[in-house]
Amino acid sequence: MKLAISAVEPHINSPFDARFGRCAFFIFVDTETHAWEASPNPALTSGGGAGTQAAQFIASQGAQAVISSSFGPNAYEALQAAGIKMYTALAGLVENIFGEFVSGELEEFSPPPDSGNNTWQGRHKRSRI
Amino acid sequence: MIIAVASGKGGTGKTTVAVSLALAIPSGSTTFLDCDVEAPNAHLYLEPKFTLHKDVGLPIPEVDEQLCTACGRCAEVCQYHAILVLAGKVLVFPELCHGCGSCTLNCPEDAIREVPDVLGKLEAGPAANGINFARGMLNVAEPMAVPVIRQLKNWQPFPDSALVIRDVPPGTSCPVVESILGADFVLLVTEPTPFGLHDLRLAAQLVRDLDLPAGVIVNRDGIGDSQVDEFCCEAGLPVLMRIPMERRIAESLARGQPLVESSPEYLPRFQELYARIQSLIEANGKEVQLAQIELVS
Repeated sequence: MKLAISAVEPHINSPFDARFGRCAFFIFVDTETHAWEASPNPALTSGGGAGTQAAQFIASQGAQAVISSSFGPNAYEALQAAGIKMYTALAGLVENIFGEFVSGELEEFSPPPDSGNNTWQGRHKRSRI
Repeated sequence: MIIAVASGKGGTGKTTVAVSLALAIPSGSTTFLDCDVEAPNAHLYLEPKFTLHKDVGLPIPEVDEQLCTACGRCAEVCQYHAILVLAGKVLVFPELCHGCGSCTLNCPEDAIREVPDVLGKLEAGPAANGINFARGMLNVAEPMAVPVIRQLKNWQPFPDSALVIRDVPPGTSCPVVESILGADFVLLVTEPTPFGLHDLRLAAQLVRDLDLPAGVIVNRDGIGDSQVDEFCCEAGLPVLMRIPMERRIAESLARGQPLVESSPEYLPRFQELYARIQSLIEANGKEVQLAQIELVS
């Protein structure tokens, strides 16, 4: 399986980047062979829609799972539609976070619960002219 | 003539100045546009009776799944990443869409049509002193103010006015640019504090980039320091009025009373301000003409 991890630098020893849409690089790791490659995130300098653009990018690279520290509502919706599993980590080196993933220590991301007026559930509720 | 009242920093007195300027001009010839569609408040002072209402929005793509082949062309051309093709399906993110129409235009299967989503509304009606008042209201949780401001500017519910005053939102971002575009003059309201100066610099830069004549009003004069004056001097921005920091003024504003009403001595000062702005616009027009003549010759 191909796993994407948000990173500050283009190598496996890079510090983990807590942002998904605006991380500098994605490190793609093959979970069987542990081979990795780094790609710059095309959404880093995006004027808007960085979350959806980054989701489309890692989907196009064939990622089936992604590790970041959090995911915005648009990125979440896009990653879900692409069938990409989302996991969360806090900080550290990409290599160590990959180790935590392999040993099953990382939690799957779940969106915040509905508080009645939060932006996750309140979106897409427009009327038509 | 269109005068935009802007500030950079929020809470410096844009609405105070815009409202008093509108009230100081002879009645029946002024349109007031509250362009701060995220937090309009000029109605609290001018008390309009809204007789006209209009929903405004953006054309959002709707995909016909029968016709769509998931070729991905729409996602490729969308520079806002508001439409994606993932796992053979098209996903639309209405909050990211700017309504540019690129996806619809580029779809090889003609599978996309545009449907207008409501982002907010426009309201208009007569207000105090015979002022034609109109405002935009962005719906709660909507992130994009510009389409509502643009449609407020283009809406013409009133006969042509000799003077249009636009109350601009704070900051220097897209909604501010949209509110200022097309104006003949920009009044920058600031306060003489480091915060006021910091944001005045940004606003002055914006106005310079838009190549518009501008002047400054120093509100809460007497607090802070002299750096705003020094900056205006360096930047060649005329200080057109000073409103002192007075508890009396703050109290009546908090009660919803316009400055020119609670302190009538300001009436002639705002009339002078208007005359000053007119002559500054005229002088700027002559400068532009001269520059054009020089370019030609």
